[in-house]
Amino acid sequence: MIANVPPAHPGPLTSFKDSNEPVRSAAQNTCKLCTPLGACLAFRGIRGAVPLVHGSQGCSTYMRRYLISHFREPIDIASSNFSEHSAIFGGGENLQQGLRNVIRQYHPELIGVATTCLTETIGDDVKRILSEFIKNSQPGDPPIVPVSTPSYTGTYVDGFHAAVREMVVALARPGASGTHINLFPGIVSPADLRYLREWAAAFGIELVLLPDYSDTLDGESWSEFHHIPAGGTTTADIARTGSAQVSIAFGHIAARQPSAAGYLAENHGVPALFPGMPIGIETSDALSQILKKYSGNMIPELILRERGRLVDAYADGHKYVFGQRIAIIAEDDLAVSLAGWLVEIGSKPVLVAAGGHESHLKTTLAETGIDLQKTQVLADADFVRVETSATELKPDLILGSSKAANLARKLAIPLVRVGFPIHDRFGAQRIAHLGYRGTQQLFDRLINALLEKKQNESVGGYSYL
Amino acid sequence: MPAPETALGCPKSGATLPVILTERQQQIFRKGETQHELACEKKSLAGSVSQRACVFCGARVVLYPIADALHLVHGPIGCAAYTWDIRGAQSSGSQLYRNSFSTDLRETEVIYGGEKKLYAALTELIAAHQPKAAFVYSTCIVGLIGDDVEAVCRRVSQESGIPVLPVQSEGFKGTKKDGYRAACEALFTLVGTLPAANEGHFRVNLLGEFNIGGETWVLKKYFRRIGITIVSTLTGDGRVNDVRRSHGAQLNLVQCSGSMTRLAQLYQEKHGIPFKRVSWFGLEDTAKALYETAEFFENKELLVRTQELVRSEISVVDPQLRILKQDLQGKRAAIYVGGAFKAFSLIRALRLLGMQTVVVGTQTGNREDYESLKELCDPGTIIVDDSNPVELAQFIREKKVDLFIGGVKERPIAYKLGVGFCDHNHERKIALAGFEGMLNFAKEVHATCMSPVWRFSPARQGALT
Repeated sequence: MIANVPPAHPGPLTSFKDSNEPVRSAAQNTCKLCTPLGACLAFRGIRGAVPLVHGSQGCSTYMRRYLISHFREPIDIASSNFSEHSAIFGGGENLQQGLRNVIRQYHPELIGVATTCLTETIGDDVKRILSEFIKNSQPGDPPIVPVSTPSYTGTYVDGFHAAVREMVVALARPGASGTHINLFPGIVSPADLRYLREWAAAFGIELVLLPDYSDTLDGESWSEFHHIPAGGTTTADIARTGSAQVSIAFGHIAARQPSAAGYLAENHGVPALFPGMPIGIETSDALSQILKKYSGNMIPELILRERGRLVDAYADGHKYVFGQRIAIIAEDDLAVSLAGWLVEIGSKPVLVAAGGHESHLKTTLAETGIDLQKTQVLADADFVRVETSATELKPDLILGSSKAANLARKLAIPLVRVGFPIHDRFGAQRIAHLGYRGTQQLFDRLINALLEKKQNESVGGYSYL
Repeated sequence: MPAPETALGCPKSGATLPVILTERQQQIFRKGETQHELACEKKSLAGSVSQRACVFCGARVVLYPIADALHLVHGPIGCAAYTWDIRGAQSSGSQLYRNSFSTDLRETEVIYGGEKKLYAALTELIAAHQPKAAFVYSTCIVGLIGDDVEAVCRRVSQESGIPVLPVQSEGFKGTKKDGYRAACEALFTLVGTLPAANEGHFRVNLLGEFNIGGETWVLKKYFRRIGITIVSTLTGDGRVNDVRRSHGAQLNLVQCSGSMTRLAQLYQEKHGIPFKRVSWFGLEDTAKALYETAEFFENKELLVRTQELVRSEISVVDPQLRILKQDLQGKRAAIYVGGAFKAFSLIRALRLLGMQTVVVGTQTGNREDYESLKELCDPGTIIVDDSNPVELAQFIREKKVDLFIGGVKERPIAYKLGVGFCDHNHERKIALAGFEGMLNFAKEVHATCMSPVWRFSPARQGALT
């Protein structure tokens, strides 16, 4: 399952319809968000970074509001604040002014500039504008990393990966191969990021985790005001990605697109591994084996015990989940890994829906061992199509974000909240999905949701299940 | 000459000095200290991280609660995704308005135009959902690619037999206020298209009341008791046909004057219906609004019934408010809201609870609004226009506030700094209007100010040393 594959389909972010799907004219409650949001999320995982959205004021404000509702942390995203004038004459002046003001107000260590449908459509040449800005740069000005994220191509997931790639393209430096390892985790929770660091540390591995918003988006209470929350990957560490032993990028689908790991493989000779998100024992073992190989150390006792407890929990809980029909609605890579995990524990992923535009969802699921005869797959999905399928398939439970809450209510089945966004429950930033520990939590939550339903529906109510 | 950038607060060594950007200094006023006029109604400064949104946001928030209409966002997915079921506006019937419908424009449409897709989407959605009218929101990109949205709407309206109304809300073409105006104009094209309502002797419309947390229903109960008929609420728990008959009202009661004054003026010009500015927040303001309404109709019995209602309602909540006031007396509040009307009511309501407002700001206040605020506030109060997180954080630290009232974007600023918070925006699910709403508000303020958790906050000397 671990493949040392370079990007299979390099090229710009472009949308493709799954050829088997009928072309629809209206999107109704889509399973995706727009591209620049993902870029902003990635930039928030860099130490001292401020994202700047090149577009209307509303874009940055909507993204802030949306991200805050999930993470419950301050999320400052600047805007170049387009007006009619800028739409006609170009947004260069606004972008330059915006950058200067962000530097004055925030003293950032990096500014990430994400474009929008507006600025891409009028044809603003952001790279040229930035080179002018840099020509007039002042001592102490931070690096500026632009990323092209028009919302008419791709989704927030593509925007996220594109931003990570652009940061590596801009900042990675060649060098004699070190012992450190690059890890590009994709969109996971702060709890997951924290666990990944612990996991690598247990092997004695020095990790460059990019991005790392475990502190910036799940931080402590403050004693004084911070312009930019503490934590995040440093620009120095991003520079070191060019001299790592190996890059590990989670996500089978991301692996098929231009990626940071792919860039480093092509340009800096850093081998790239695309193992998929480690959810479940098999995929977590795969990551442990990679860490073992590259650290030269044995699998640590700590990790073995954690794994042992998960195997024990599987034994204790296997009957509750065996044969359970489950619908997954999540971003593509998370959906693929969750489906693989459900098969591992004996449940049936009867429906896998994801918002990504690309047509790789089916093939990727097939490659990870999902029987497509038994699993309905919806790419480029919206909740109306998901509802039609789910009504017919009658799943026992949904794994999905808060956006699936209404569907779960309609079908009167439990929803176990995973992924993004989770804005109808508390603690989204602490939900763990990855590794032995994350799988343990998912397993507990899955079983408890099923037990709760059983309890609620039993005539007398059981207090002993 | 602008003053040099000022450093505020006193961060410990190592922290960078927070600055107020020079260009922003004219938009900050300290009563009794500042000499200059407070600048307002300016375009937001690029890179300042304004809390404002865009034209689309203004139009969308005003029209959102019209429950039996189809709301179709024409553009790439972002704008529709960010406004999917995000408001606390409730409906007693149709839930159609809580969906997110989008033409989800992709690269091809951006190049070749989106009219065909818009036509197909409208036709498909109207057939599927049988709405009473459709609103088609133009987003940034639509203004650039040159779609003739009006022509498509006209055609679909003829074919479907329902009003299909274009809302000109391209994000960059102005501010949120221009969005309010676009919404009002779209709404007004409905008014008078069915026979005027004539049920009841005394008939009013409620403008700028959005049924957040069921507030419209609270007010309806009051009006029923005193014998006044509400013809249409614009737009809380709104229905298309009620709006179409709403020219049968004899008086329009306008809350949220920033968004709805334009609509009230249109009613006056075309249908001769006078309007009154009111607020349904706080005991004083609610009582005043009810009395003024009763006086308008010059009916003695109506006035007596109103007096009875006000007396009985206040007698229920007043004893409870007095108890809460004992704890809240002397506490200090900061307010940052969209429109000034809300700030006026909040300052008065906080005074009733014994609290002092020491910081107050709005996103879209005008000169007249700020003059009123200056009069209403105590000396030393900071009044700010179009502020941002850096400034707001500084102000609440400097003024040592106990409570911050704002929206989701302001919440983490307060909590990070150990300050209580109360949501007074459209996302909230609690009714704050009317007499009982004041009690809900007081309870919420009390809960956040009196919570014992703040003693652990490092900002309040709660750090473990």
